[in-house]
Amino acid sequence: MTTKTKKTTLVEKKLIGLADIVIQSAERSKDPTFQIPIRALSNVSFNERKGLIEMGSKKQERSFFNVGMAKKFMQTVLVADALSELQRADLTTSLREIYYRTKHTIKNSHENTFDTQDESDPVIEDLEVSLTALREELHVRAENSGSIVGPVVFGDDGDRVDCSKLGKGGYSVPSIVEPEYLEIRRCTADFLLLVEKGTQWNRLSEDKFWRRYNCVLLTGNGQPPRGVRRLARRLHEEQRLPVYVLVDNDPWGYYIYSVIKQGSINLAFESQRMAIPKAKFMGLSSADPERYELPRNVGIKLNEKDIARAKELMNYQWFKKPAWQAEIKRMLTSGLKYELDSLANKDFQYLTKKYLPRKLKEKDWLD
Amino acid sequence: MGKRKDSASEPDSKSSAPRSNSEPAAKKPAAAKAAERVTAVEMGARQREISVSEFFTKNRHLLGFDNPRKALLTCVKEAVDNALDACEEAGILPDVTVNLEVVSNGVPVAPSQANRFRVTVTDNGPGIVRQQIPRIFAKLLYGSKFHRLRMSRGQQGIGISAAGMYGQLTTGKPVKIISRIGSKAAAHFFEVQIDTKKNEPLVHENKQIEWEQPRGTQVTLEVEGKYQKGRASVDEWLEQTSIANPHVKLVYKTPEGETKEYPRTYHELPPQPREIKPHPYGIEFGMLLKMLQDTKSHTLSGFLAGDFCRVSPQLADEICKAAKVSPEDKPRELKGPVAETLYKTLQETKIMAPPTNCISPIGEKAILSGLYKQIKGEFYTAVSRPPAVYRGNPFIIEAGLAYGNRPQDQNKPQQPAMPKAEGEHEEEDSELARVIRYANRVPLLYQQSACSTFKAVLSTGWKNYGLSQSRGALPGGPMVIFVHMASVWVPFTSESKEAIADYDEIQKEITLALRECGRRLGLFVRRRERAASEFRRRNIFELYIEEVVEACNRLKGGTLPKQKLKEQLQKIATSRTGGTKTDQALGKTGGGPEGLPHSIIVTADGVEGETALATQVESDQGLAVPPAEPDLLGDTTPADEPASKENATKKSSRTKHLPKKTTMKSGQIAIRAGESKAKHPSKSAKTAAPRKPK
Repeated sequence: MTTKTKKTTLVEKKLIGLADIVIQSAERSKDPTFQIPIRALSNVSFNERKGLIEMGSKKQERSFFNVGMAKKFMQTVLVADALSELQRADLTTSLREIYYRTKHTIKNSHENTFDTQDESDPVIEDLEVSLTALREELHVRAENSGSIVGPVVFGDDGDRVDCSKLGKGGYSVPSIVEPEYLEIRRCTADFLLLVEKGTQWNRLSEDKFWRRYNCVLLTGNGQPPRGVRRLARRLHEEQRLPVYVLVDNDPWGYYIYSVIKQGSINLAFESQRMAIPKAKFMGLSSADPERYELPRNVGIKLNEKDIARAKELMNYQWFKKPAWQAEIKRMLTSGLKYELDSLANKDFQYLTKKYLPRKLKEKDWLD
Repeated sequence: MGKRKDSASEPDSKSSAPRSNSEPAAKKPAAAKAAERVTAVEMGARQREISVSEFFTKNRHLLGFDNPRKALLTCVKEAVDNALDACEEAGILPDVTVNLEVVSNGVPVAPSQANRFRVTVTDNGPGIVRQQIPRIFAKLLYGSKFHRLRMSRGQQGIGISAAGMYGQLTTGKPVKIISRIGSKAAAHFFEVQIDTKKNEPLVHENKQIEWEQPRGTQVTLEVEGKYQKGRASVDEWLEQTSIANPHVKLVYKTPEGETKEYPRTYHELPPQPREIKPHPYGIEFGMLLKMLQDTKSHTLSGFLAGDFCRVSPQLADEICKAAKVSPEDKPRELKGPVAETLYKTLQETKIMAPPTNCISPIGEKAILSGLYKQIKGEFYTAVSRPPAVYRGNPFIIEAGLAYGNRPQDQNKPQQPAMPKAEGEHEEEDSELARVIRYANRVPLLYQQSACSTFKAVLSTGWKNYGLSQSRGALPGGPMVIFVHMASVWVPFTSESKEAIADYDEIQKEITLALRECGRRLGLFVRRRERAASEFRRRNIFELYIEEVVEACNRLKGGTLPKQKLKEQLQKIATSRTGGTKTDQALGKTGGGPEGLPHSIIVTADGVEGETALATQVESDQGLAVPPAEPDLLGDTTPADEPASKENATKKSSRTKHLPKKTTMKSGQIAIRAGESKAKHPSKSAKTAAPRKPK
């Protein structure tokens, strides 16, 4: 307990620092202003050497006495207050609970401090960036929406969790997986396979793919949450596991892969500890339908949004490699996208028995 | 000839079709012809005169009796129109009572379920002389208004007798009339029906009775009808009537037993419209021929100068010369091509527009007072256009606006702020404006989209005036748009007088009037928005300071000198929002109604603009505000003193901060100017001269 209190003081100090800005500005009759790094494409750059998306130094000012910003400013102070309360009580909480904790009707008015969670979430992200505190450090957790199975043993709150003895359900990845919360005791796998979809992860888990190919299977059910990404990164870094990514063949699948590999635009400041620049794209590639003789009728026509998104991706610096340009172009030319699930057209176990074995044998992946 | 051949060959081909073609079919058609043929003599025997009453019995929809609901409205409308026309012509401020009762045979019926009603309309008008009563109420096309060009509600002399006929047709009951022409005369009671074949009245009952009213007329009709509130109802019609006729005191007893009173808020009768002679541009050829026959003049030039308006003897001679006829010709002998030439010449000659004193507009003040009385809003304005002419008929367009939701009265307790849950928002204004239309002061409730006024409202670009408007739709927002056309002859699209026909001249005038209203509204809306945004700016900071200070205090572990921080922040807020300058702006929200003539602005603090009117309306409605005599005269207090003694003592919050300067404009002297002049002869002279507001 005492050790933890010591660690949190730093974050708490930073939070109290916000109050000091207000007090000092008021003392000097100045408009209280916070500096908040901009979280947008305009303020990120791709570091090719490191293979990471990095945040630039552009900042926006958030001042109290500006009609457009006054409410956001007030909300920022309220959220900071709630976060410091968490620190003092040494509790973790969810984004939604923070929203409820800070919501009330302002005295003498009909106005609520927050109307929806959509207003409080970005404020929390703003604080993460401007205080350079990680969400975990702020004691805010996301939902547990990841599963892991395979020859790896964790220590979680003193319990020994052997992921090879958890049936087909596996271990539910907690939101906060920092070493002080989750310890990796042993890992004998040869590689890590990160699957976009829970359904395909289930398929592989049920078929005991991990046992045959001695790997760890990890899924984030769609866009992987921080916990999953951070755990993959730790296994990659600490256990030297190569990471392979298996996603649908559509622009959103490509982007999921790129987030795992280089980090996201919104949370570029966290790439340092989340991104896995050496992750490989296993599939589905737009070349696979031909190579694996998937019939055209299991494809889905690209809609306008898909096409627009694909073109956007092609302009991202980290997709500029010729292989990737070709990959995306091929999808656009065919006009079709394919889901991982469509492999079931050939055989229910096609993914386990044919597709992945052949991919691994041929080392057919993109970097 | 061709027609006959066709009809002959048709049965032939039909009858022969099923048979073989080889058989000659010559004899068959002859037989068919014989069966169908009617001789001219036989036909002649069937041809006879159709009486107007018979015609309208069969075509009652032409007169507005299409369905029971509309029929009930038409009956009320015709009786009230007659009452108002009579009162105004006699120079009497009208007091009209409308009583609508359910007629049931023993078993009481709910008004909404009933199908038989008794309509009783009582006025304080001049009464009707005994001999005329049967014909006025039980003879179609009988009346005083058809033959002259003068503005009045009724035009053809069909209305009330048609209503009586409708009652007779649906319930079999006669029309009952009580009329008295003065306190010294006796009151006469009549029961009349109409002989639909002859279009003549049948008198059932005729006696002298005791009547409590010294003067006036009461009509009772028993009709089949349906009473339903809402759009195009009797209730709506009466309410709208009261808006356009603020000089009328109207009492309405609903079938549900409620009594609605529409007080008189304007104490002057509309000026008497003069009767005019037809203008040459306004007549058709047939009409000219008839006038040539009917005239009393013996010479053509005398006829032209005497029977038309705006034709002087010289001009008459010129016209005769141009038409190549002698001015000395006898009008009666002018026929055929010569008359046609004369007609064409008349149309081509440049003749001055007809005089306009034959129409009496409602007037900006009266419209304002009507709107203010009946519609709760924040902003009112009214425009009377100068007279214009279509087809030789002079007309005047008037338009008005009532906009916004009236701010809550201050003495009313404010509702406690209810915390809002996620997804709950302030109620949005998605309602569209409402158009109320009038012709000669009579509300038009049906066929809105066919009406020239409605089309003009749609084609006006309300977006320019700060309102929302979708393509081809009414503008959005809480607003009532008032349009009135006054004319000696309103061109309706049908006999039931529901929509005004689409003449370019009329459309143009309406559009101009609406634009002027819109321009003033735009000014008001923009001013209000500016003030509101300043107010909001200030308010936001004040609200949030509290939150920020509390949160900072908690962050600092509750050790903060809260009050000090709050004061420091408030000081910054004040300096950032324009300080005292803003205070002034906020104190006088709209900055007064300059540039907004004939307008009323209602704010939480009071009424601006034609304050006298507003005060008038309120005192008439018994709102505990005495008629503000000192205000009307305006020179009892210095102009720049914000709250005079008189104002401070007033009870109504709305009139607390009457901006003095507005009451000083000469155009805005109260309606009761006559009265106050009598009381303060010396002072009223001063007010006549306009003073510049400081």
